[in-house]
Amino acid sequence: MKPTNVQDPEYFHKVIDCQYACPAHTPVPEYIRLIANKKYTEAYMVNWESNVFPGILGRTCDRPCEPACRRGRIEKEEEPVAICRLKRVAADNKGEVKSLMPNAPLNKNGKKVALIGGGPASLTVARDLAPEGYEIHLFDEWHKGGGMMRTQIPSFRLPERVLDEEVNYVTDMGIHTHYNHFVESMKEILDEDYDAVFVGTGAPNGRDLKLPGREEADANVHIGINFLASVAFEHRDKIGRKVIILGGGNTAMDCCRTSRRLGGKEVTVVVRSPFKDMKASPWEIDDAKAEDIPIFNNMPPKSFVVENGKLKGMWFGHVRAEYDKNGKRSLIPTDDPDTFIEADDVIIAIGQDNAFPWIERDLGIEFGKWDLPILNKTTFQSTLPNVFFGGDAAFGPENIITAAAHGHQAAISIHHFCQGVDVNTRLDPTTNLVKQKMGIHEWMYDSPVVEDDRFAVPHEDKVITLSDRKVEVELGFDEITGFREAQRCLNCDVQTVFSLDQCIECDACVDVCPTSCITFTSNGAEEDLRERLSAPANNLDQDLYVSDTLPTKRVMIKDEDVCLHCGLCAERCPTAAWDMQKYLYGVTKVSKIL
Amino acid sequence: MSFIKPIFRHPTQTKNKAGFYKSDYEGRISTLCAGCGHDSINASIVAACYEMNIEPHKVVKLSGIGCSSKAPAYYLNNSHGFNTVHGRMPSVATGANMANRELTYLGVSGDGDSASIGIGQFIHVNRRNLNMVYIMMNNGCYGLTKGQDSATADIGSLSKSGSRNEFSPIDMVSMALESGATFIARSFSGDKKQLVPLIKAAMSHPGFAFIDVISPCVTFNNNKGSTKAYDFIREHIEVTSEFDFVPIREEISVEYEEGTQKSVTLHDGSQIQLSKLYSDWDPSDRNSAMEKLQQSKANGDILTGLLYIDPGSQDLHSTLNTSTLPLNQLTEEDLCPGSATLEKINTEYR
Ligand SMILES: Cc1cc2nc3c(=O)[nH]c(=O)nc-3n(C[C@H](O)[C@H](O)[C@H](O)COP(=O)(O)OP(=O)(O)OC[C@H]3O[C@@H](n4cnc5c(N)ncnc54)[C@H](O)[C@@H]3O)c2cc1C
Ligand SMILES: Cc1ncc(C[n+]2csc(CCOP(=O)(O)OP(=O)(O)O)c2C)c(N)n1
Ligand code: SF4
Ligand code: SF4
Ligand code: SF4
Ligand SMILES: [Mg+2]
Repeated sequence: MKPTNVQDPEYFHKVIDCQYACPAHTPVPEYIRLIANKKYTEAYMVNWESNVFPGILGRTCDRPCEPACRRGRIEKEEEPVAICRLKRVAADNKGEVKSLMPNAPLNKNGKKVALIGGGPASLTVARDLAPEGYEIHLFDEWHKGGGMMRTQIPSFRLPERVLDEEVNYVTDMGIHTHYNHFVESMKEILDEDYDAVFVGTGAPNGRDLKLPGREEADANVHIGINFLASVAFEHRDKIGRKVIILGGGNTAMDCCRTSRRLGGKEVTVVVRSPFKDMKASPWEIDDAKAEDIPIFNNMPPKSFVVENGKLKGMWFGHVRAEYDKNGKRSLIPTDDPDTFIEADDVIIAIGQDNAFPWIERDLGIEFGKWDLPILNKTTFQSTLPNVFFGGDAAFGPENIITAAAHGHQAAISIHHFCQGVDVNTRLDPTTNLVKQKMGIHEWMYDSPVVEDDRFAVPHEDKVITLSDRKVEVELGFDEITGFREAQRCLNCDVQTVFSLDQCIECDACVDVCPTSCITFTSNGAEEDLRERLSAPANNLDQDLYVSDTLPTKRVMIKDEDVCLHCGLCAERCPTAAWDMQKYLYGVTKVSKIL
Repeated sequence: MSFIKPIFRHPTQTKNKAGFYKSDYEGRISTLCAGCGHDSINASIVAACYEMNIEPHKVVKLSGIGCSSKAPAYYLNNSHGFNTVHGRMPSVATGANMANRELTYLGVSGDGDSASIGIGQFIHVNRRNLNMVYIMMNNGCYGLTKGQDSATADIGSLSKSGSRNEFSPIDMVSMALESGATFIARSFSGDKKQLVPLIKAAMSHPGFAFIDVISPCVTFNNNKGSTKAYDFIREHIEVTSEFDFVPIREEISVEYEEGTQKSVTLHDGSQIQLSKLYSDWDPSDRNSAMEKLQQSKANGDILTGLLYIDPGSQDLHSTLNTSTLPLNQLTEEDLCPGSATLEKINTEYR
C-alpha cells in the first residue's frame, strides 16, 4: 500500500466517526469534552455554529452519528455514546449566548434573497447569509417559523419554548419574516427584485391509502401529517377511544403517541411488513411501546368497515416477507384468516411526497423523477441559476440535520452567485492539529477509557405525560449523569500521528496497544495486509494508516477501526514517534460564526 | 493521565483451547521505560502461553532483581509468582520445582542478575538440568541501577556517558553449553517471530531451557557505540535457522528446502522444525553448536535461533527419582507409612 497522506483533510476527519457521519459534520468530541468541563455555553456554540438548532436536535435528531460511534464497535455489548442527548445537556445548562452570536450589519450589502418555507433549511440559509449583510425575506404559510419542527414534531418531544428560542435566534438577525403567507406563484417571486431564491418548502403531502370503504369512512380517517399539524395548532384536541395507526415510520410513532394523549385508550399500530423493516428509529418504537401501544407486523390493510355511516374498524390480511438474492423483498400472503380490528378513528401515516403546485413549469426550473427538482447535488442550484433548493424539498423527506447541512451549502452557493463567483466553488474545511502532550502521563484530554455503560435518559411519570400532550416526556440528563456519559466518549478526534523518522522499531506501541491496532510488517496489497495484521482488519469502512518504509524494510500499519484513542502507544513510545494530536475539522460557512 | 490500560480488547479476540483469552495472560501495565526491550519479551511470553493453551494458574513465574526481574509484574497476572533476592532465582525455582513437578516454571533474569551476582546459581541450575525455562533479558548493563556495564558487555562497547568497557564479556550461551543445559537458544527482543516459537519449544522441553534474549536498554545502553543497541543488533544479527514449533497433535504445515530440513521430536510428541542455514551445524550435537558459536563470534555476528537441544534430556526429577505427586498432595498415609514400612527400610541398611 502507498503511505497514507494525513495532509488530506478528510483522512483524520474520517477517523472521527460521529463527526464524519453527521451530515453537518458537527465536531462531536469537541463539544462532548466541553460538556465534561461544564463549559455548556461553549459546547452550545460549537453546536450552534454547525447545526443551528442544538436544543431542538438534542431532543429530536435522527442521530446518524450514534450508529457510527466507535464506542458501539469496541465490544459486542457496548452501546454508542448518547451523543444526541448530550447536546441537550449543553442547551439546558448554557448561559447567555445571544451576545456570542453574530449580528446582521446595519449596512446591507445590497443583495436581496427570498427564502420560501420557514423550516430548518431556510433558517440555516438565513443564519449563514445574514451576517454578510444580505436583505433576507422569509415566507411561510404558518404564523411562526420552524416548518415541520413546529407543525409535526409533537410538544411532548419538543417543547414550544425550545423551538421558539432557536428559531428566534435566527429571525432576530434582521430577517424579514412574511408569516401566514403561502407563496402561490414562483413567477411572482421571480418577478420581484430578488437576487436569489431559496426553496425550503419541505415535503408537505401526506400519502393516502385507497382501499374499499375509504370514502365512506372519510370523517374518521386522517392523514398523519395533517393530523399532527391540526393538533399542533390546536384545531383538534380529541380522538376516538379506539385508534388504528397505519404505517411504521416516525410519523406513525408520533401519531400513536399523540392519540394516546387526546383520549385514545386502545391505540394500535399496524405495519404491513416485518418489524425489522420498520423505518421508525428504535428509540421511537421503544417510547411508543412504553405508552402501552401494541405494534402488529406483517398485516397489510384490506378495507375499512363502515356501518350506519360510522367507522367500525378495518380488515387486515397476513403476510410473511421473503427476500431474493439481491435482498429484494416480497410479501407473500399466508393462510391465516384475516383479522378485524375495531376503530373509531384511523390515521394513515405511510409516507410523504413532495409537491410544488405553486411553481409554474415554464420558468426554466426543471423537474425529474417523483416530481423532484433537477439539482446540482453539491451546490443545490436548480436549472434556473438564481433558484436553489434544500431540505426535504431537494431530494425528498429526510430530517432536520440534513436540512441544516443543505442550508449551509446552499448558502455558500447563493453567496457565490450573488458575488459573481463560480457557484461550483466550495470552501475548504478549516483544520487544526494540536499536540496534546503536557507531561509524563499527562495529556490535555482525559485519555483513560471509562467502563460505564450508556446511561438512560430519565422520563417524566407516564400518568402525567399521557394526560397533557405538552408535557415533555424526556427529562434530559442531569449534570452529573451528563458528565459521566460525556466521559464515555473516546475522543476520536485526538489522532494518533506517526512520524517515521523518529521510530526505532522497538515494538513498544505494538505491545501496549490494548486493541491490537498496530503492526510492523512487510508491505503488501490492502486485502493481503488486512488479513495478516496483529488482529484481522475486517471493517472495510475504516482505513489502514500506512507509513513509508522503515529501516528494517517493514512498514507501520495501524488499523483505525477499534483504536480507543487511549494514548498508550504515544505514552510508551520512547522517541515520540507516536503523538496524540487533536484534530479540529470544521465545515467552512459563508460567514465566520465563532 | 493515561497510565491506565483500558479493559477493552480487540472484539475478534478468541479463547484458546484451554478456554482463556490472550488478555487472561497479561499483567499490569508496564512501568519499565518506554521502548525497553524487556516489554517486547513480556509480550512474547504472553503470546507463547496463550498459544500453548497453558492454564495460567499452572505457571510459576520467578525472577531475581533488576528491571528484567521486575518484568513478571507485567505478564501472567493469574499465575504464581516469586520475586527472589538478587541472583537467587535458580535456588527458589529448584525448591519450588522439587515440591511440585506439575507446574510450568518460567524464570526471567537480567544479565546482571545472572552473569554477576547470580553466576554461581546459574551454573548449578544448568548442571542439574532443572525442568524450567530460563530467559535472560540481556542488555549489557545494570538497567535498574542506572546503566553500569554488566558482565555481558562486549569489550569496546561504549556506555551512554562515552566510557569504554575494557573487560572480557561472559557469553552466557557458551556458559550454558559448558555447564549442561539441554536446550539453548539466543534471540532478540525485536524479533517476536523467532522468540515466541522459541519460548513455546522451551516450555515443552523437559529439562533446563535457557534463552539469552538480547534486549536493548533504551535509557542507558541504546547509544551509538553500544553493542546492545537496537541499531547495532539489527546490523549484526544472524540466524541459525528458520524455526517453527509444532505442538503435539497439530499438523506440521511448514515445508523447508530439501537437505536443510531437521526436525526434533520432544518428549511429549511436539516437534521442532528447523531449516538450517548452516550445513556444518547440528543442533543436537553440543560440540557442533559450540563450534558454530565461536565461528560466528569471530565473524562479529550475533548468532540467534535454537543453538543446541538434547532430545534425550532427563530432568532433575528423573535423576533423583522423586515423588511424582506434588508434595502438597501427599497424604498422611504417604508421609507416615507406618512402623512396618520403617522396619523394612531399616532392614535394607542392615
Ligand atoms: C411527524 C414527523 C416527525 C418528524 N420528526 C423528526 C424528528 O424527530 N427529527 C428529525 O430530524 N426530523 C423529523 N422529521 C422530519 C423533519 O421535520 C423534516 O425533515 C425537516 O423539518 C425538513 O426541513 P425543511 O426545512 O426542508 O422543511 P419543513 O420543515 O418541511 O418546512 C417547510 C415549511 O415551508 C412551508 N411551505 C411549504 N410550501 C410553502 C409555500 N408555497 N409558501 C410558504 N410556505 C410554504 C411549510 O408549511 C413548512 O412550514 C419529522 C417529520 C414528520 C412528518
Ligand atoms: C544483593 C544486591 N546487590 C546489589 C543490588 C543492586 N542492584 C539492583 S539491580 C542490579 C543489577 C541489575 O542488572 P540486570 O540484572 O542486568 O537487570 P536490568 O536492570 O539490566 O534488566 C543491581 C546490581 C541489589 N539490589 N541487591
Ligand atoms: S466515541 Fe466519541 S468521538 Fe468517538 S465516535 Fe463516539 S462520540 Fe464520536
Ligand atoms: S491510542 Fe494507540 S494504544 Fe490506544 S488503542 Fe489507539 S493505537 Fe492502540
Ligand atoms: S532502565 Fe533500561 S532496562 Fe530498565 S526499564 Fe529502562 S530501558 Fe529497560
Ligand atoms: Mg541488564
